[in-house]
Amino acid sequence: MSCLQTIADYGLRSVGVGERLLPRSDFTMCQQFTLIGSGMVWNIYFGVLALLGGFFLATALALAKNTETRLIRKPAEWFIFVFRGSPLFIQFFLAYEALAMMPRAGFPVFGITVETDWLTRAWAGALFVLFLNTSAYAAEIFYGALRSVPKGDLEAADAYGLSGWNKFRRVTWPTMLRLAWPSYTNEAIFLFHATTLVFFSGFPAFRQEGDALYYAKYFADKTFNPFIPYPIAAFYFILLTLSVITIFGFINRRLNRHLPHERRMKMRFRPQIIR
Amino acid sequence: MLCYLTTGKQMLFYGSFGIVLVLLVVTAPVALLFGFSGALAARSRITPLRWVGRGYTAMVRGVPDIIFFLFVPIAMDEGIEYMRNRIKCPDWNQPVFAGNEFHVCAAAKMPLNSAPQIYHEIYGFSLAVIAFAVVFGAFAANVLYGAMQAVPRAQLETAEAYGMTQAQVTRRVLIPQMWTYALPGLSNLWMILIKATPLLFLLGIEDIVYWARELGATKSTVYAYPHPDWRVYYFLVLLVFYLVMTKLSEIVLNRINRKLSFGQATAGGEALRKADI
Repeated sequence: MSCLQTIADYGLRSVGVGERLLPRSDFTMCQQFTLIGSGMVWNIYFGVLALLGGFFLATALALAKNTETRLIRKPAEWFIFVFRGSPLFIQFFLAYEALAMMPRAGFPVFGITVETDWLTRAWAGALFVLFLNTSAYAAEIFYGALRSVPKGDLEAADAYGLSGWNKFRRVTWPTMLRLAWPSYTNEAIFLFHATTLVFFSGFPAFRQEGDALYYAKYFADKTFNPFIPYPIAAFYFILLTLSVITIFGFINRRLNRHLPHERRMKMRFRPQIIR
Repeated sequence: MLCYLTTGKQMLFYGSFGIVLVLLVVTAPVALLFGFSGALAARSRITPLRWVGRGYTAMVRGVPDIIFFLFVPIAMDEGIEYMRNRIKCPDWNQPVFAGNEFHVCAAAKMPLNSAPQIYHEIYGFSLAVIAFAVVFGAFAANVLYGAMQAVPRAQLETAEAYGMTQAQVTRRVLIPQMWTYALPGLSNLWMILIKATPLLFLLGIEDIVYWARELGATKSTVYAYPHPDWRVYYFLVLLVFYLVMTKLSEIVLNRINRKLSFGQATAGGEALRKADI
């Protein structure tokens, strides 16, 4: 079987397109590269959607944590503490069990039954957990940035007669983003790394459609040779990390374009790792 | 209820919290040692040694750590068995990697098949500790390397002007001073280490996650205490356990940080000085 044939068969195996049966013996390098690569679809899917959704929730949470009103501040603080203070692994398990406890048949709402079955599937349930988790981490970053918005900028905004929503949209928010961006890039990188946990926690892989690490482990278990599949997965993740850094670097440059060179925020890598 | 919470299986569940704590206590110093050697190697004057140090610290940057957690124990295990195979059975002529199997002679199995269960568990646990130490050593090396760079240049130059050798400068000036710079990073790392402990489950150790799944699962009437699916509550307990651990470490680390920044030429030290006046 030629390599092109393998790619055609297994290139989208992780989303259920192509050959159903996974190879069982005599694994070629081509098969390993293709299947592990097809698993990356899931990692990118979880990472991108959680980041997009989490960005907005994180902004809201950071603002809530920054207000004077206790009634708004306390829930935000607790949310951030719970999701940052406990392992993501446990959060996955807990969420899966909680979602699985919902009645199988679905809720009757105004005569219509709302299905709950799909919530226990990884694509919805795990995405939801990752979304909440990244929101908490990013909210802490945004909150820190919000606290360090220069006083002079805010006073200048007042002097121009900006207030309320206008002040926030034109001055506070862009400055907050600019200050937070290098740390937020780290958060994004590690969110992508965290997506590998999905299929190792409560969420089962449906019809053996898993992420990159799921297939890497499949090969390592079958061949007893960890020296090929794991480096392949590592290779894909290094590519993913580099592209995240590139994309976020572009946005960083745009956020900083009004500043003289030496005052621009530098992109810096800081390990933050597992959650 | 009280009877249920004191059955033998439940006791094993409580014991597994101890396993987590032991892992934390054992791994932290070992990882620090790894990180320390890594950071020193990255600063070394000998080029190959520097490459090794740099490579080690760069290792964790682009790759999810969980890959290392899956990779290191298997690689270690197979490495050890391969070496033992070479030593103990010199006339073993079958290929070690034969298709879908890993073949070594019976005498080279680690631990021996005949060994009691407890040795298998200890061996598995040590592999897990090594995996944790390797990964967290790399993170610690990153932090310590940064801290060594942050020690003011003038301090080192003064020491050199007094005629100290390179080794003396490192031992007497660099290392005592770097801790205050390293502490924020190291405390961050400690938090991460706490949150990484449930990954023990992936390595096949009977830790809290294992017992929570085992005990929480639906028990039919065959068991002494039948109950429906209680896993949610068990995991809730774990969640609270981790939150408490995080909160406690936060408090302790803040104290240490205060102590270490005292009298240092950093923003933290300056804030303390002002507060005293």
